[in-house]
Amino acid sequence: MNEKRQHSPSQDQDFSDVDRTAILARLGRALPPGALLSAAEDLKPYECDGLSAYRELPLAVALPEDEAQVIEVLRACHEFGVPVVARGAGTGLSGGALPHRHGVVLSLARLKKILHLDPAARIAVVQSGVRNLAISEAAAPFGLYYAPDPSSQIACTIGGNIAENSGGVHCLKYGLTVHNVLRVRAVSISGEILEFGNHALDAPGFDLLALMIGSEGMLAVVTEVTLKLTPKPLQAQVIMASFDDVEKAGDSVAAIIAAGIIPAGLEMMDKAATAAVEPFVKAGYDLKAEAILLCESDGTPEEVAEEVAAMRAVLERTGATDIRVSQSESERLRYWSGRKAAFPAAGRISPDYYCMDGTIPRKRVAEMLKAIAGMERKYGLRCANVFHAGDGNLHPLILYDANVPGELQRTEAFGAEILALSVALGGTITGEHGVGFEKIGSMCVQFDSAALTAFHAIKGSFDPHGLLNPGKAVPTLHRCAEFGRMHVHGGALKFPELERF
Amino acid sequence: MLERFVESIRAASSARPLCIRGSGSKDFYGNPAHGEILDTRAHAGIVAYEPTELVITARSGTPLREVESALAEQGQLLAFEPPHFGTAATLGGCVAAGLSGPRRAAVGALRDFVLGVKMLDGNASALTFGGQVMKNVAGYDVARLMAGSLGTLGLLLEVSLKVLPRPVAEASLCLEAPQEKAIELINGWAGKPLPITATCWCDDLLTLRLAGAGAAVTAARRQLGGEPVEAGAAMDFWRQLREQQSDFFAGNPALWRLSLPSVTPALDIPGEQLIEWGGSLRWLKSSGDAAGIRDAAARAGGHATLFRADPQLKLGTGAFQPLSPALLALHRNLKSSFDPRGIFNPGRMCREF
Repeated sequence: MNEKRQHSPSQDQDFSDVDRTAILARLGRALPPGALLSAAEDLKPYECDGLSAYRELPLAVALPEDEAQVIEVLRACHEFGVPVVARGAGTGLSGGALPHRHGVVLSLARLKKILHLDPAARIAVVQSGVRNLAISEAAAPFGLYYAPDPSSQIACTIGGNIAENSGGVHCLKYGLTVHNVLRVRAVSISGEILEFGNHALDAPGFDLLALMIGSEGMLAVVTEVTLKLTPKPLQAQVIMASFDDVEKAGDSVAAIIAAGIIPAGLEMMDKAATAAVEPFVKAGYDLKAEAILLCESDGTPEEVAEEVAAMRAVLERTGATDIRVSQSESERLRYWSGRKAAFPAAGRISPDYYCMDGTIPRKRVAEMLKAIAGMERKYGLRCANVFHAGDGNLHPLILYDANVPGELQRTEAFGAEILALSVALGGTITGEHGVGFEKIGSMCVQFDSAALTAFHAIKGSFDPHGLLNPGKAVPTLHRCAEFGRMHVHGGALKFPELERF
Repeated sequence: MLERFVESIRAASSARPLCIRGSGSKDFYGNPAHGEILDTRAHAGIVAYEPTELVITARSGTPLREVESALAEQGQLLAFEPPHFGTAATLGGCVAAGLSGPRRAAVGALRDFVLGVKMLDGNASALTFGGQVMKNVAGYDVARLMAGSLGTLGLLLEVSLKVLPRPVAEASLCLEAPQEKAIELINGWAGKPLPITATCWCDDLLTLRLAGAGAAVTAARRQLGGEPVEAGAAMDFWRQLREQQSDFFAGNPALWRLSLPSVTPALDIPGEQLIEWGGSLRWLKSSGDAAGIRDAAARAGGHATLFRADPQLKLGTGAFQPLSPALLALHRNLKSSFDPRGIFNPGRMCREF
């Protein structure tokens, strides 16, 4: 194995000497017929994930049917020093499942059994390829559900949710994936089974369960998960409030929190976003409003009545120009339909769109929206803003056309500027979509070399040869030096100790 | 202050390790500590607190009491209800111990509320992980890894925690039930949308705390029945439980903390039990054989911690359930990446590091 192949915090690895023939032969022996794809036309569907701007063909795609086969695939890749990119449904938005050109894509899509559902203990034990929504569907007869509801929940797998620490529109009240997972069973790159957590509420030793969640397939490959199930609220109601000013809408969000209310959902859409979705979903949004808020309450009928009245009072005080409260379940779903259709709607009004995912302190929201308006002029591109206002997680949707030369590059620069501003405002470059391949440069803005070195050391603790998803999630110091050369902020170099190339 | 920390870290060695310590309120927890004391209490103070952001950031030496009273003034709280185990407990010690109180089963553990940390690693490098926002998936979740790591990975300097509004209404009630019946009842209720925020079974008496919207608490009280507990008495009851000052915790037999699946039937182990967290946390006063207790916990799918006991007994059996060889190897790797010279709280978590 050549030296450049070793995992190190400073330099990206070079896998160009991977022996394609040997690994294909070895995987062919390890897997049943039909579980290994290597012809170019079969690999094509795996060339990208939900972020289609980046594409790459892998050497092969392995589709194991059970954990024993997952172990075989990992052992083979470990033995031959071949990169492994784990993949669930491929709905991720940060290129985390983008194939490695010298690597194997390890699809967990066939591990789709719900192994055990215990309504008394309120847990579900599932294989990692089970779809998020399938768990709630299976739990529904018992009055239970799995709380995290990322917008892709109809398709995304629980393994992918673990990789990204997925959220959703209800996570202010019900938490992220990390708050709803009790146990993860995974396989290390050397084929060893690892159990993190258990069916109790804690485990001895370090909280490796927390470390695994959101680790983007860099530490181990998840095969089985135990999830916490939550009792279904008896009722839910949503308030739709209009504002003639985004700042007032932002202030209202803070005022609701200050009133001691944690709404089940608290979402904001700006005028560009409501204009994009309304023609398609007919949600009944106020198109004159500069921004609308959707504030949901759930619980017992008594609780909901009390909370809706309290939120209504706050919204009236903070200057909402119109307030509507859903009067039926169908009306509630209609109000939500526009928010949930925001991404596809952006896809209909524009040939392409690029979704950002920064999180900022709530109080800086108006500032951010104004800055984005400035960037629209600077880059000559439109942007529609939807966001999880309750937790400050923004999803600006930059509209562009990849066929117009230069637009993708302008879009990337626009996005990177939003992320840099998210960090400058005291936030983060990614709230729930992950770093993946996409935001690897922006990581250099958020973290200094000491923190990045610590991340690499954690990676090395699990995967010393750096075979799991190389080139994702955590940039090497060399990459940051290069990135810094291109984006010097305020004249200050972020990695002054590094040699420049 | 930070310079002094850096100096201490640089001067330490595996032969002269450090014992990171706040007020010492949790000295009893984990394996017996040794090494030169690195006192965090001079590094104190709330750095930032904005109630509408639901986040508080404070230095590790800040008294926990000070954090909680700042929150109380704004009608907020640390929802995981941490035990202090002493009047001068610090925030850093609270996070390093990772212990949560009666509300844990309802709202989550301390680690669920950790948003970010600043720390010094074993090379005295200053590291920042996470931040002050609710949702942040950039980089590995090192901030949560620090919760409960007993100071073995680094010296916490600053912690940001998510906070929550104090519930509008609260009420406690109690009813008589033998252990099996109590376990069945609380698990059944946990599967329904009821505002139960704490449970305690002891001596055939099951006490519940309800909290949330006024109407929800009233409705649940009607539904659950039982005898109401007067508000002042209820507040004392839950505080004493949290601080282990209830009668059950009196005396000096070894106290075991059994963390189990909530539906585990009554365990047939000699000794007295008190059950919290909807059945998931079982305190056991027992002079029984450690291996037998650990086996019983493991068979039920959980683990047993020797929580309070004679230090000699802890040294013999280890405070915590032993890790599997695969996990122990990962622990060692992580320990040596954060603390390559092995200077932070050696042996406090497990004898191997």
